[in-house]
Amino acid sequence: MILVIAEQRGGTLNRASWEAIAAAQALAGGMPIKVAVLGDSTGGLGQELARSDVAEVLVAEHPALAAYTPDAFTMAVQSIVTTTSPAFVVLAHTYQARDFAPMLAARLRTTLVSDVVGLHGTGADATFTRPMFQGKLVATVKAKTAGPCIVTFQIGSFRADAVRTGGSATVTRLEVTIDASAIRQKPEAPFQEAKQAVDLSQAERIVAVGRGIKSQEHLPLAQKLAAAMGAEVAASRPICDNGWLPMERQVGSSGQTVAPKLYVALGISGAIQHLVGMKGSRTIVAINKDRDAPIFEVADYGIVGDLFEIVPALINELEKK
Amino acid sequence: MPPWFVFREQSHPMKIAVCIKQVPTREWQPRLNEAKTWIREQDAAFEMNEPDAYALEEALRLREKHSGEVVVCSAGPARVQQVLREALARGADRAVHVEDDRLAAADASFTAEALAAAMAEEKFDLVLTGLQSDDQGHAQTGVILAERLGIPHSTIVMEVQVEPQASALRIKRELEGGWFQWIAMPLPSLLTIQSGINQLRYATLKGIMAAKKKEIRKVALPSGISPALEIVSLALPTRSKQTRLIEGAPGQASQELVKRLREEARAL
Repeated sequence: MILVIAEQRGGTLNRASWEAIAAAQALAGGMPIKVAVLGDSTGGLGQELARSDVAEVLVAEHPALAAYTPDAFTMAVQSIVTTTSPAFVVLAHTYQARDFAPMLAARLRTTLVSDVVGLHGTGADATFTRPMFQGKLVATVKAKTAGPCIVTFQIGSFRADAVRTGGSATVTRLEVTIDASAIRQKPEAPFQEAKQAVDLSQAERIVAVGRGIKSQEHLPLAQKLAAAMGAEVAASRPICDNGWLPMERQVGSSGQTVAPKLYVALGISGAIQHLVGMKGSRTIVAINKDRDAPIFEVADYGIVGDLFEIVPALINELEKK
Repeated sequence: MPPWFVFREQSHPMKIAVCIKQVPTREWQPRLNEAKTWIREQDAAFEMNEPDAYALEEALRLREKHSGEVVVCSAGPARVQQVLREALARGADRAVHVEDDRLAAADASFTAEALAAAMAEEKFDLVLTGLQSDDQGHAQTGVILAERLGIPHSTIVMEVQVEPQASALRIKRELEGGWFQWIAMPLPSLLTIQSGINQLRYATLKGIMAAKKKEIRKVALPSGISPALEIVSLALPTRSKQTRLIEGAPGQASQELVKRLREEARAL
């Protein structure tokens, strides 16, 4: 049996939960799938999830699950695992899963295979592919431990619209055991730092810079290219970490997800955290000195070379009429 | 914020551990071993895992504020002494090195068990790690370590406020899509630190000289721990898209690219 843990906040399912169900369906190889949704009150989410072709939807409601904490969620999922004895526990690789899934694996003395992007085989014979070395290599891995294998799937590795629907899943309420006195984190309400002045998700074109830009003094080069293309300027995480551009200009798993008509990546190597934020772009151009940079895996057009030579030539070309 | 949680500027020494890993440099070009199950280590140059460098910096800043001790811990083969020395040169007080060749390619669980065995007796007030490593990138070691040390954790931390006397911690955690959250936690706790939380310092010559006299305590790998994950194979990624590589001198390549973006992709 495969247990999928769906993620919700305020009664809305995280879209990535559907991707996790699609991944579980690809992994199943005849095994039944059960989807669990957790919260203090989950409203109609059980019925919503029952649209997918799975054996059963489990609704686990408990007052201690009102606000997410790793301690409460680990206890709750551990309790569901004990009740259902799955071969696999499948989750989307969200920040929430990253926070509690390793703790769950440690408690169960089993293995978490994290950040999975692909599958070979099904059921007990399955092996998983995941990036390593910042995406420079892809590893095929499998758990060496007995007991439930926990797997988190990277966002976008399976498509939400690939979920087989039309099943006749029953929705069952499940009692979970949570010792509220063992919850050590006291969370406050989530907040946004500042009103986002730039909505990169609405940009038609984006020129994004990465470490290859080398220093803040070189940013005007990218800004000039953006102006010539009618594009917004964005960046990968390290640029914003250095304070060269504000955080609101960051594209990737910790920043914005964008899908413009044109995405030009200047000196961005293409770590998975960046790729998940921009690989849906219609046309991707990569300019990078390293032919083996992972950005070229998603690029439609590429120029291998020195961006400090190529970008001025490109600006020159665009300004010609 | 709960009413009991009051910040006082008062010195109360803290014992802080930072777990650091040594990983191949960013410039490293991947080459695989014969069996294609790991990299050819003899070809690789190594450096401190960048997220761990931010964790170290945060620990040094907390020590400056509250006084106390920063201990860097690493589980790896003999080569990881290089990053331990570097951390000592940046200002850490001493180091713990769990040394074994099997730790070079170890999974997160194996590494965490190795660290936990060496760190448990130290009774740290706070343990910091980077949020993930730039090599295997499981993003699990810190969380598993917390569980093995029997302390709570929080991940992807962007700000740390400590009230050592109250054994209390208030941290800002990054959520997805530009959202954040403050969380109150007790001490001891383990935090995985997000890159960019602070501005890194680099070792001074004085620091490098001082590091030579600082202690690196070597610990053998405890018995009874075993790998949780097997790397069946490693490979270069296959291209999901056919990238049209445009060649030629910058001027010529630019002309070709703009033409294709206008006429073929209709993106300009």
